[in-house]
Amino acid sequence: MKRDIEVEVNGNRYRRSVEPRMLLTDFIRHELRLTGTHVGCEHGVCGACTIHFDGEPVRACVMLAVQADGHSLRTVESLAEDGQLNRLQRAFNECHGLQCGFCTPGFLMTLQPVVDAGEQLSDGEIRDAISGNLCRCTGYQQIVDAVSAALTPPQPEDHATS
Amino acid sequence: MKPPAFEYEAPSTVEDAAQLLADGGDDAKLLAGGQSLIPLLNLRFAAPSLLVDLNGVAELAHIHDAAGELRIGALVRHSTVAGHALVAERHPLLTEALGYVAHPQIRNRGTIGGTTAHSDPAAEVPVVLLMSDARVVARSTRGQREVAVDDLFVSIFTTSLEPDEIITEVIIPDRHSEPGTITGASFQEFARRHGDYAIGGGAAIVELDAEGVCRSARVGLLGAGMRPEESKAAAAVLENSTLAEDTVREAARVATADISPLGNVHGDVQYRRDVIREMTFRAVMTAANKAKAGTA
Repeated sequence: MKRDIEVEVNGNRYRRSVEPRMLLTDFIRHELRLTGTHVGCEHGVCGACTIHFDGEPVRACVMLAVQADGHSLRTVESLAEDGQLNRLQRAFNECHGLQCGFCTPGFLMTLQPVVDAGEQLSDGEIRDAISGNLCRCTGYQQIVDAVSAALTPPQPEDHATS
Repeated sequence: MKPPAFEYEAPSTVEDAAQLLADGGDDAKLLAGGQSLIPLLNLRFAAPSLLVDLNGVAELAHIHDAAGELRIGALVRHSTVAGHALVAERHPLLTEALGYVAHPQIRNRGTIGGTTAHSDPAAEVPVVLLMSDARVVARSTRGQREVAVDDLFVSIFTTSLEPDEIITEVIIPDRHSEPGTITGASFQEFARRHGDYAIGGGAAIVELDAEGVCRSARVGLLGAGMRPEESKAAAAVLENSTLAEDTVREAARVATADISPLGNVHGDVQYRRDVIREMTFRAVMTAANKAKAGTA
């Protein structure tokens, strides 16, 4: 039997009627048409579907849409600021932290709270932070580089050297 | 990869949840963090007729410092337990073990009650609960009872709970150490990829006196058989020794001599036994070094 739910996603309120068996990933993609959230393994292994549920990164493929009733979600579509890529997204771009891009939304949503926390992390700690996300293209090094770049405070340009 | 159809209820009290579970019959299942159950649904290894979602039951989400014990509500997330100061102070082994539980995204949803009820011998938290003489509170429409986790864990994915019972709390008694002793604990596991289920692991709690003699020891084994395991025989080897390397090696050998890990393509039985023996050795040595350094 369908159930009525009300969910806040990226600051917008949505009301829908869904079957209990509908996964949260399918709700976000098919009901809300927010297709930035990707579906990889669909059993909680690859991390491509990572979103923020009440502010915390979770895997949307191992949650039900009905569980989101009354809760607040953020998806990768919320990261850009005024139509511009945010700091983390730019770092992925500049460091070649993606190739095919399928895993990228999951990485970004996993890493945004890490960047927001603002602590400098060692490469080992960055690898620990991304351990729940699989990438089959980059070999991870450029992703580690991107996170490292996003965590490094911008340096004023040094005009003294040529 | 979509779950089969089921009915869904989201009660807000344990009383209502117990009633729904009782009325739902044997095919009704509880949904806590869902980090094991929903994959099982997606893969259609499970097909419950009714899911009773506990996530809206606020009374299950507290950590309570009671007389001589910590009472952790069944719905407390792994990430909350891992970051809780009282847990770190009194049960550092639990805090350490939670660092090995999957990934941050999973730990933000997974619950202490869920992993206990799931009874997976490859899961970290049940081993620590066993080594900590923990109990659970099980509630149904028929009443409430406490079950020691040693009696709870029957076999792989099987507990001694009745189908209509809900774990509402996990109770971990404070450790009582002899005056003048220092306790050290360590959890060690080996997995091919960070956050994967481990090939095997070992855990230790040792209590050393001022002369460096081990006054008491607990040795736990991860992935060693059909349920979380503890080796009393290994503890007996360690107790009253100074935890010299040879003694610890012997204890690890004794701990793993008769275990029957479940072999598969990721590691056969002999390999897993070797891994568990080595991880147990490292856990005891690390725990002993922590005690000697006075760092708990």
